[in-house]
Amino acid sequence: MSTLLWVVYPYVCLAVFVLGHVWRYRYDQFGWTTRSSQLYERRLLRWASPMFHVGILAVFLGHVMGLGVPESWTRAVGMSEEVYHALAISIGTIAGVCTVLGMILLIYRRRTVGPVFSATTRMDKAMYLVLAVVIVLGMWNTIAGSILNLGGAYDYREGVSVWFRGIFRFDLHPELMVDAPLGFQLHGLVAMFLFALWPFTRLVHVFSVPLGYLVRPYVVYRARDQRLGSRAPRRGWERVDARR
Amino acid sequence: MKVMAQMAMVMNLDKCIGCHTCSVTCKQAWTNRTGTEYVWFNNVETRPGQGYPRTYEDQERWQGGWTLNKRGRLQLKAGGRLKNLATIFASPKQPSIDDYYEPWTYDYENLTSAPLQEHTPVARPQSLLSGEPMSIRWSANWDDDLAGGPELAPSDPVLAKISEQIKLEFEQTFMFYLPRICEHCLNPSCAASCPSGAIYKRTEDGIVLVDQDRCRGWRKCITGCPYKKVYFNHRTGKAEKCTFCFPRIEVGLPTVCSETCVGRLRYLGLVLYDADRVLEAASVTDEKELLDAQRRVLLDPNDPAVVAAAEAEGIPRDWIEAAQRSPVWKLISTYRVALPLHPEYRTMPMVWYIPPLSPVVDAVAKTGEDGEDRRNLFAAIDALRIPVEYLAELFTAGDTAPVTDVLRKLAAMRSYMRDLAMGRDGDASIPESVGMSEHTMREMYRLLAIAKYEERYVIPAAHAEQAHGLEELATECSLDYEGGPGMGGSGPFGEGSGPGFASPIAVENFHVLQARQTSGTVADPATRKAKVNLLNWDGKGAPEGLFPPAAGEEDES
Repeated sequence: MSTLLWVVYPYVCLAVFVLGHVWRYRYDQFGWTTRSSQLYERRLLRWASPMFHVGILAVFLGHVMGLGVPESWTRAVGMSEEVYHALAISIGTIAGVCTVLGMILLIYRRRTVGPVFSATTRMDKAMYLVLAVVIVLGMWNTIAGSILNLGGAYDYREGVSVWFRGIFRFDLHPELMVDAPLGFQLHGLVAMFLFALWPFTRLVHVFSVPLGYLVRPYVVYRARDQRLGSRAPRRGWERVDARR
Repeated sequence: MKVMAQMAMVMNLDKCIGCHTCSVTCKQAWTNRTGTEYVWFNNVETRPGQGYPRTYEDQERWQGGWTLNKRGRLQLKAGGRLKNLATIFASPKQPSIDDYYEPWTYDYENLTSAPLQEHTPVARPQSLLSGEPMSIRWSANWDDDLAGGPELAPSDPVLAKISEQIKLEFEQTFMFYLPRICEHCLNPSCAASCPSGAIYKRTEDGIVLVDQDRCRGWRKCITGCPYKKVYFNHRTGKAEKCTFCFPRIEVGLPTVCSETCVGRLRYLGLVLYDADRVLEAASVTDEKELLDAQRRVLLDPNDPAVVAAAEAEGIPRDWIEAAQRSPVWKLISTYRVALPLHPEYRTMPMVWYIPPLSPVVDAVAKTGEDGEDRRNLFAAIDALRIPVEYLAELFTAGDTAPVTDVLRKLAAMRSYMRDLAMGRDGDASIPESVGMSEHTMREMYRLLAIAKYEERYVIPAAHAEQAHGLEELATECSLDYEGGPGMGGSGPFGEGSGPGFASPIAVENFHVLQARQTSGTVADPATRKAKVNLLNWDGKGAPEGLFPPAAGEEDES
C-alpha cells in the first residue's frame, strides 16, 4: 500500500504531467492560453489576480527551497535551523495568506459574476477544486503544524523533502511519507493529482511566461506562410521553392 | 536603404455616406462567431463622436501607442518591457466590455412558444455573455449622426482639445463619417507590446497579423494599440484583429470592406518604404513634423535607384510595377491629398484619409452663395476654423496647414472641373493657385471621381501560383461539422481547442471564389459540405445546404 501511494502514484502523476504537456503542446497550440476574463469584470480581478499570482509564485519558490534544497546545504552556508525555520514560516505565511485571499476573491468572482461564470468550463471547475484543496491543505500544514505545533513538531525537511527528492533520484523512501502527519500526506497526494490534471487545464499558461519579450526586438517580422489555405499540405504535395 | 512593400489603403471621406455596409460585410466574413460578437474589425464612426470603443483616442487614459522618453527615445506609452511584464496578471489599461458594449440576442423562441395571452408576446433582449435578460444601453456607434449630440459629443477626446466656445458653434456646422480598420502600421505598437511575439508584420506586404497558435492571451496588444483595433476573443482567449483580408489580397482581390463599399471611397495599393528609416521617422521630436517624416519614409517607385534597391531586396517585378501604378502612392505623395490618422501616436499608420470638403461646401451653400466657386470655398476654408482644427487634430497632430492645403486642392478641383463640365474652357489659374498643373488636376479628378475597379484596387497577387484551387477539394473542412468548433462548439479545453481546429480563415477557398466570380458561367460553390457563406454566394444557383433537405429527401452524407 505504501509503495502504491508513495512510489507508483507519484510516478504515474509526474509521467502524466510531462507527457501530457508534450502531447498538449503539439496537439493544442490554439487552446494554450490564459483564458483571461478581464473583459467581463475588472474591479475584483485587478486586486485578486496579482495577489494570487504573486503569492503563488512566492509559495512556489518556498517549495523549491523547502523540498529541493537539503538541510545539509543550508547548514553548510551557516544558516541555523532556527533562522531557516523563522524565515520559512514568516515569508511562507505572508505568501500563503496572499494566495489564499486572492484565491477566495477569484473564486467568489468566478461564481458571482454572470459572464465569468458562464465562461467557466467543467475542467476549470475541477481544476479550481483541486487547486483550492492543495492550497488550503498546504496552508493548514503551515499554520497547524509549524505555528501552532498541533500534533507535535514535524520537520518536513527530514521527511517529506527527502522523499520528494528521492523520486527524482530514484532513491525511494515511501516509509518517510507513511510516518508524516496526515496533513502532509494529503497535501502531497492531492498535489500529485493536481500535477496529473495540470496539462489538461488552463494552468498550462504557467509554461508560457514570456521572458523572451525582454530580449527580442520590438516589432516581429515574418515571411508569409508558404502554406496555402488553412491546413497542412498532404504528404507529397509540399511546395517546391523554385527560386532555390 | 532597405526597401519593403506595404499594402495600404486610402479612404476618401467626402464620399462616405455612413451606410455601414463595410462593417456589416466585414462582420459577416470575419467576426460572426461566438466570442467576437462585439468585435468590429471595420467600424464607421460619426465625427464628432466618441468612437469605438468609447473615447479610445484619449491616450492619457488608455496609454496606447508610442511616446518619446526623457532621453528622446521611442518607448511604448504604457511603459517599458519590464513594466509591461510586471502588469501581466491584471492589465491596468484595458477597455472593459462596458467601453465596447454587451452583446445581445433576442429571445425569439418566446414569440412562438408563449402561451395564449392577452398581450402580444415579445422577444426580450438576452445577454450573449451571461445569458440573462438585459436592457440594451449601448452599441457600436450609438452616437450615430450626432443623436444625443450635446450629451455624447462633448466626450469626444478630439473635440476636448478644441476650446469650449468653438464646440457649440462646431456642433451646428459639421459632421462626417470616419470608417476605420486596422492601420497595419509601419511601427506597430501592438506587435511591440505582445509578450509572446505572436503579432507579426509580414515582410512581403506589411500586413499585421496575430498568430493564433502563438497568442497566449496576455492582452497587452489591446493596451498597446492606440486605435483599439486589436480585440480579445472572450471565448477562445486569443487576440484577433483586422487581417486586411489577406487571403483575398494574396490572390489579387480587394478587401471585403473595399469590395462592398457603396460609395467606392476606398483605394488599395502598394507603397514602397525604407524600413531603415522608420524608427528615425517615428522618433521625430515635434509631433507636427511626424506627417512629413512619415511621407518621407515612403519611397518613389518611379525612382530608378529605388527600383534597383527593391529588386535587390527580392521584390518581384510585377510588385514594383504595381507600386508604380498604386493609387495610394499617388494620393499620398503625388497629389498630396491623403493624410494619416493620428500620426502623433507614432505608429506610422498605413490607412490614410482624404479629409472631407463637403461640410465646407454645405456651409457656403447654406449662406446662399455659390458653393462651387473657388473664391467662396477658399474663403470658407479660412473662415471655418473649427472644422479645419478638428480635422487637424485627427490627421496632422493639430497642424492646420496641411489640412487647409488639402481642402484648397479639393475646392480648386471642384471649381475647375465645373467649368469643364459646363463646356467652358478650364481656368488654368485655378490649379495654379494650389500649385498643380491642369493635367495633374484632371488626373486627380479622374482618380477621385470616376476611377474604375482596376484603378482603385491595384493589388499584385502573391507569388505562390501553385495548386491554387486544389487545397480544399479533396478534404472536408474539419471545422464545419454540426456542433464542431467552426460552428461555435467547444473542444475539450474550451472554445475552439482540440485537433483539426483551423484558424477561421477560408470558409470558401478564395482561389475558388475568384475563379467563380470571374468565370461568367453558372457555377455552384464547391460541393463539399460546408457552412453556407452567403457573402460569397453570387446569386447563381442555390448553394448546397442553403435550404434544408425536402421531406423524404435523404441527406447525402
